[in-house]
Amino acid sequence: MLLTVEALEKSYAGAQGRVPVLRGIDMTVQAGETLALTGESGSGKSTLLHLIGGLDIPDSGAIRLDGHDIAQMDDTGRAAVRRRDVGIIFQQFNLIPSLDVAANIAFQARLSGRFEQSSARALATALGLGEHLAKYPEQLSGGQQQRVAIARALAAKPQLILADEPTGNLDEATAAEVMTQMLALVRETGAALVMVTHSHQLAERMGRRLHLRQGMLA
Amino acid sequence: MTRTGAQALWSHWRRNPLHLFTLIAGLALATALWSGVQAVNAEARASYDAAAATLGEGQFDQLLPQAGADIDEATFIALRRAGWLVGPVVEGQLGAPEASVRLVGIDPLTAPGGLGPVGGGGMSLPDFLQDRPVFANADTARKLAGLIDAQIVIEPTIAPDTAITDIFVAQRLLDAKGRLSRLILAPTQPLGRPPLEQVAPQLSRRAAQGGSDVGRLTDSFHLNLTAFGLLSFAVGIFIVHGAIGLVFEQRRNMVRTLRALGLPLRRLVALMAAELLVLALVGGLIGVCLGYLVAATLLPDVAATLKGLYGAQVSGTLQLRPAWWLSGLAISVLGTAIAATGALVAVARMPLLASAQPRAWVQAGGKIRRLQVLASLALLGAACALSLLAEGLIMGFGLLACLLIGAALALPLLLAGAVHLAQQLSSGVTAQWFWADTRQQLGGLSLALMALLLAMAANVGVSTMVSSFRLTFTGFLDQRLASELYVSAETIAQARALEDFVTPRTDEVLPLLKVDATLADLPAELYGARIGATLRENWVLLDNAPAVWDRVAAGEALLVNEQLARRAGLWVGDDLAITADQRLPVAGVFGDYGNPIGQAIISEALFTVLHPEVRATRFGLRTPDAAALRGALTTEFGLPAQNITDQAQIKSFSLAVFERTFTVTAALNVLTLSVAGFAIFMSLLTLAGMRLPHLAPAWALGMTRRRLGQLELLRAVVLAVLTAILALPLGLALAWVLLAVVNVEAFGWRLPMYLFARDYAVLGLFALGAAVLAAAWPALKLARTPPAALLKVFANER
Repeated sequence: MLLTVEALEKSYAGAQGRVPVLRGIDMTVQAGETLALTGESGSGKSTLLHLIGGLDIPDSGAIRLDGHDIAQMDDTGRAAVRRRDVGIIFQQFNLIPSLDVAANIAFQARLSGRFEQSSARALATALGLGEHLAKYPEQLSGGQQQRVAIARALAAKPQLILADEPTGNLDEATAAEVMTQMLALVRETGAALVMVTHSHQLAERMGRRLHLRQGMLA
Repeated sequence: MTRTGAQALWSHWRRNPLHLFTLIAGLALATALWSGVQAVNAEARASYDAAAATLGEGQFDQLLPQAGADIDEATFIALRRAGWLVGPVVEGQLGAPEASVRLVGIDPLTAPGGLGPVGGGGMSLPDFLQDRPVFANADTARKLAGLIDAQIVIEPTIAPDTAITDIFVAQRLLDAKGRLSRLILAPTQPLGRPPLEQVAPQLSRRAAQGGSDVGRLTDSFHLNLTAFGLLSFAVGIFIVHGAIGLVFEQRRNMVRTLRALGLPLRRLVALMAAELLVLALVGGLIGVCLGYLVAATLLPDVAATLKGLYGAQVSGTLQLRPAWWLSGLAISVLGTAIAATGALVAVARMPLLASAQPRAWVQAGGKIRRLQVLASLALLGAACALSLLAEGLIMGFGLLACLLIGAALALPLLLAGAVHLAQQLSSGVTAQWFWADTRQQLGGLSLALMALLLAMAANVGVSTMVSSFRLTFTGFLDQRLASELYVSAETIAQARALEDFVTPRTDEVLPLLKVDATLADLPAELYGARIGATLRENWVLLDNAPAVWDRVAAGEALLVNEQLARRAGLWVGDDLAITADQRLPVAGVFGDYGNPIGQAIISEALFTVLHPEVRATRFGLRTPDAAALRGALTTEFGLPAQNITDQAQIKSFSLAVFERTFTVTAALNVLTLSVAGFAIFMSLLTLAGMRLPHLAPAWALGMTRRRLGQLELLRAVVLAVLTAILALPLGLALAWVLLAVVNVEAFGWRLPMYLFARDYAVLGLFALGAAVLAAAWPALKLARTPPAALLKVFANER
């Protein structure tokens, strides 16, 4: 099993005390599997994704990625997980504005020591970015920026891709096109994909779906 | 991983060269002004040390003749025979007065400190005794060439405008055969030798000063320069702080992404710190080079000032001393550390999932604003407490620091209040938007405006001090230089004849009678004055008892100068011992600006009783026809031109010295204000890019780009005017501290404070001009922003 989540709980401080966001989540993800996380706004989808990606720390429970419990790791350990084992695609793209497209794509792969020029170039070509490698993020459209973010995540060859509403900032046609390219490439690399989405249409294209309601799996 | 992270961080500077320029320029300017001042100080101190090292000045006790007299060689021989270990010194000036060289002759066999360049690694004693060369540094050697017929050896360690040689050569060159200027006492003397009064009663002994005399005298001057350098540095650091804060804010997104992609936080913070260290060193290096230029420009004026005020010889050319350029680099790194610590801590504490949207970082939240209010109140409270209790120069500067920093911290809050009020009072939609937008922009501009406040306050404060000093000093010269003519006799016999000659030809003759003395355990001078119409009518006393002149003339009381009064705590009514068995009450205190040493004045009659051996050789002469009297004196006594000086000459010389004294201060004033102008310019330019999202909606709703540009310009002017209005009371408070606290502690006298409304208005206009210049380019840039760039704001918000 690539990912095992056990009794995961998370709450945030609110005006009237702690507000529970996740209330005992148990789930698994196998290598190469694609999984959609759906749910209403505030149901805890993004929080779950952030916890799995080592971006945040749970109140209790375990998150075992390839047998290692991320919940027990310190900041350095979680940073290593994000660098090597996980590729994160954000809704807001989060590209580095001062680096050109080629450098952005290579960035995480270089951090993790897995950079291969040919593989990065192939990814860029597959995502239609071949002509834009010397451009800067501000010179790209939203769809192009998200393709760069996808290429960056895949170039590092992680075992698990986490995507948080990856097409949320794109129009319908561009979103469909980007999604098709992303799924094809994820399948090619053999990585597992956990994607948070509001869209039932997109969720339908994933191998499995989990629905969150008020911090629990429905 | 480290390399990749560093490349990502560095890419920000590559893509935003303006940020890089701001940071480097801020550091360079801060370091330049600081290291420039340090270079001047280092050069001056090196000159004092060179003088002390080669001449033993201040290190040994000395035997001195009465004022205006010499020591004859027979006295020296008598002392040596009596067992006194003394070394003879003869000294005098060579060459024209404006480029004269001080020639010092020493006997290397008896001088306790030896003769600097002889022995050790220098010339051997036998060679020296055979060749008897004159030692001087290269500049002085050039002045001496053709002036003397002796071999000149260049010795870089010799003090500027000073030459040293064997005593016989010096006596020949100075035409002073058989005459000595002073005798240096060896530190250890044989026991059982007869007392000085028995062997040479006409000589007085002056104790060693524990260091160079001029070094101590000029300490205050250098401290003032250092304080100004520090203020300029603080203004520069405001720029650096602003630049680093804005850059870090703009990189929040990058920081979050780098961490999200797995760059460990510690590594990230270390990389950012290393990046800043490199930038600090580059900025510091450029600053040191600029500082060298600043110092090279200022040094001739500083050298002239120190020579005029204290008689200190300072080289007019600058050397690259490792101590100051290393200290320049160190201060650059230190300044960066001070400016960046907060930003680095914020990065280290920033939650990984914190908003990556650049918020106006300086729009401090409620907590930081409360802290700012508290810090400001605490510092201003400390300033009030120190103004009542401060003693000593360091505490005086502490008071200045509390006042300036406290006021700077209060500025954004006061400006926010003023802008809020204006917003409340405005009715038009554009005006309301303008004030609301100004308030929002205050955060980003606050550091630059603080820098402007400090620079303007420093200008108001220092110009008030200088102008008050000028008014007081001019009045002081009028009362102290009342005599139309001043004449010096060459011998005591000539002085007697001269006095007899001038008495029937003048309204009043004022002899100058003076001895060095120790008064109230302090080194001082005791004067004997002929109390007549001149003193009674011209001298304005700071404090006096009734019938002061009558009592002094009768030998029943004395006057002290302000320096002695303050240092010894002697005021009207207190007693002062002028000899072991004679005490007199203080009947008056007189202002004595420009003089570092304490003075007491008694009547001529009493002085003659106490010091019968002292005879006046200089006289002030009151005459309605100075030209005729000068001619008569020249014809009758054959006095050289330099022995007769008229009042106008002395006044113009004194005023010239005074003006040069403040040339350096004025130059630093202008530089500090320029740095503040630059701070505003860079802040506006840096903010311009971040402001598009604020301005685009106004543009979309129908405001033209030209109008937006005009409003940007107007905003800078309004903020500069508000800052200038607040700078005025702060500057006046600064002037009060300088005049009533720092000046009293540094120089021993207090000056009255005058106000100069026209000067302040000119300064205000200058600041306004600086703000307009600073805002012009960013405003023009905004007016020319292509519509596509403004549209992009909305496109990115999809």
